[in-house]
Amino acid sequence: MNSTLQTEPLQIADRTFHSRLFVGTGKFPSNQHMKSALAASGTELVTVALKRVNLDKPNDPFADILEFLEPESYLIVPNTAGAMNAEEAIRIARLGAAAGLPKWLKLEIHPDPNYLLPDPVETLEAAKTLVNEGFTVLPYINADPVLAQRLQDVGCATVMPLGAPIGSNRGLETRSQIEIIIEQARVPVIVDAGIGAPSQAAEAMEMGADAVLVNTAIAVAGNPDKMACAFAAAVEAGWTARHIGLGGIHEKANATSPLTAFLD
Amino acid sequence: MNLRFSEVFSGLPINALEQVSSGASTDMVDRILDKGRIRNLEEFAIMLSPAASGRLEDLSRLSQQVTRQHFGRVVRLFAPLYLSNECVNICKYCGFSRNNPIPRITLPVEKVGNETLLLAKQGFRSLLLVAGEHPRFVSEGYVQECIRQCLKHMPSILVEIAPMEIDGYRPIVEAGSEGVVVYQETYDRDTYREMHPHGPKKNFDWRLDSVERGYEAGFRRLGIGALFGLHDWRHEALALAAHAQHLSQRCCNAQLSISFPRMRPAAGEFEPKIRHLLGDRDLVQLVSALRIFLPHAAFVLSTRETPQFRDGIFPLGITNMSAGSSTEPGAYSDYEASTWKPRRTQPGEQFHIADERSPAEIAQVLRRDGYEPVWKDFDATLVTAEKTA
Repeated sequence: MNSTLQTEPLQIADRTFHSRLFVGTGKFPSNQHMKSALAASGTELVTVALKRVNLDKPNDPFADILEFLEPESYLIVPNTAGAMNAEEAIRIARLGAAAGLPKWLKLEIHPDPNYLLPDPVETLEAAKTLVNEGFTVLPYINADPVLAQRLQDVGCATVMPLGAPIGSNRGLETRSQIEIIIEQARVPVIVDAGIGAPSQAAEAMEMGADAVLVNTAIAVAGNPDKMACAFAAAVEAGWTARHIGLGGIHEKANATSPLTAFLD
Repeated sequence: MNLRFSEVFSGLPINALEQVSSGASTDMVDRILDKGRIRNLEEFAIMLSPAASGRLEDLSRLSQQVTRQHFGRVVRLFAPLYLSNECVNICKYCGFSRNNPIPRITLPVEKVGNETLLLAKQGFRSLLLVAGEHPRFVSEGYVQECIRQCLKHMPSILVEIAPMEIDGYRPIVEAGSEGVVVYQETYDRDTYREMHPHGPKKNFDWRLDSVERGYEAGFRRLGIGALFGLHDWRHEALALAAHAQHLSQRCCNAQLSISFPRMRPAAGEFEPKIRHLLGDRDLVQLVSALRIFLPHAAFVLSTRETPQFRDGIFPLGITNMSAGSSTEPGAYSDYEASTWKPRRTQPGEQFHIADERSPAEIAQVLRRDGYEPVWKDFDATLVTAEKTA
């Protein structure tokens, strides 16, 4: 990796992240593939569905996804996938914390199992309670700027608007709304679902997102390791371009040697 | 309009869709393949057609791609646990049918717990509780007690039991069951009448609306299916797809799962008609077309199918598989733990399975083919307010 493309560290709550690519752990062809792709991605934050972990028996060989995630390499952020309302999300979050998992939480409440679109009302309710209980809450939301503000008001550490439905690979369909969220944000904005190609990750970073979270596009790739590297490079490229400053878009050609330069 | 399926079913143009299917051309099939999506029942009928059978490779490839995109390269494993083979119904094709001379068993709740523990030791974290229909032996209170026993070892419990009213299902949901499975068996009313001459199961419409009542009671996973071999497979497939489409609209917060059981040898005299049988190529076509039509639905494949066929078809669209199954109540207690092979014959089974490989062997096959076997994908905490263990 070209060292000139290093991003600046990202601060979320009390943690500093040197990679702005966060990665989910579902859908991989094996836990070994997942472990390898995470290492290749350079990520420092991974999310894990609590429903896949045996919270009663930590060493369950038939629910052993955590065995493949080294806590010294990644912040393991449990997620509440499967929860259909605030009550269920709070219940499983507490159980995760009681089982010794980090008290960080990717809060996702999606009652609809087809498009996995987040329920804004339940998410806000759960966020209030969980923040009060000391969780660092990263809520997964539709790209709704008003909701994003409300979640910041109650103390969420980030907001995670979706670009498109989870796993859809459709990219930044909610672009104009995400732009408003970014413009008004007081906390880091992580573009979460729908990013299917490195170019879309770069686009999110160019827009001013602080980080992106990618899962399906890496997990189902023919070569997850290489795809993880491609996403890492794209995130760095997008972030760098944003901070150098992109040129404006013009309707007509703009000569690189202006005719009136002799007047300067 | 918020109508139940039984209220719209008679008005569905299933016969007309069968005509669409039989009259479809390869060009029509190719146009849908080019789009990469099936948007309605008419396009689904085209993809079920004899013409589409000639494009089976393309259909399967697209189905596999859609499945991987939505579910990844993972297969969820589960086991059936038969609670009782007592049954008041006469179903001509079923081993549990009332008049069949088989040993009748209803497991005591404690034994259900023991069997669940044996399955948990094999790796299972997801269980399907199955019971015949018998109000005296399989009462509501019994099923709830069984669920509570099972939850000590098993976070995900689905039930495949006699259809109930909403109020009957509700305590089962409250006991901690995640989902309900009710196969219609056949969607053809005349065949249904012929196959179910006696017992409460005679009521076609009552059965048709079962999972909707279950949804209203709070189940979050709904399973449907047809028993292929009772009637023309394309007719069944079209009705099944229409049912699934209806449920995905009316019960949009439930995960839908669809099964494709084919007739297996069982106690009784029933012989399926040759022309109704769903061949291997047909089943691949059905799974592929349905996957492209319903990208989000879970597709279930049981041990009714042979090892060779299961190994071939699962990567094309299957998301959930059973393994090491017995269809006789209490039989797991007589399995050799290390090999998971039965130590005795099972005269009380519903049907004889075709894939006798152990859960560990199935997991190994999945890994060999680049798939992660997922044992646990649900936590009982989501459905039970208090800790059960």
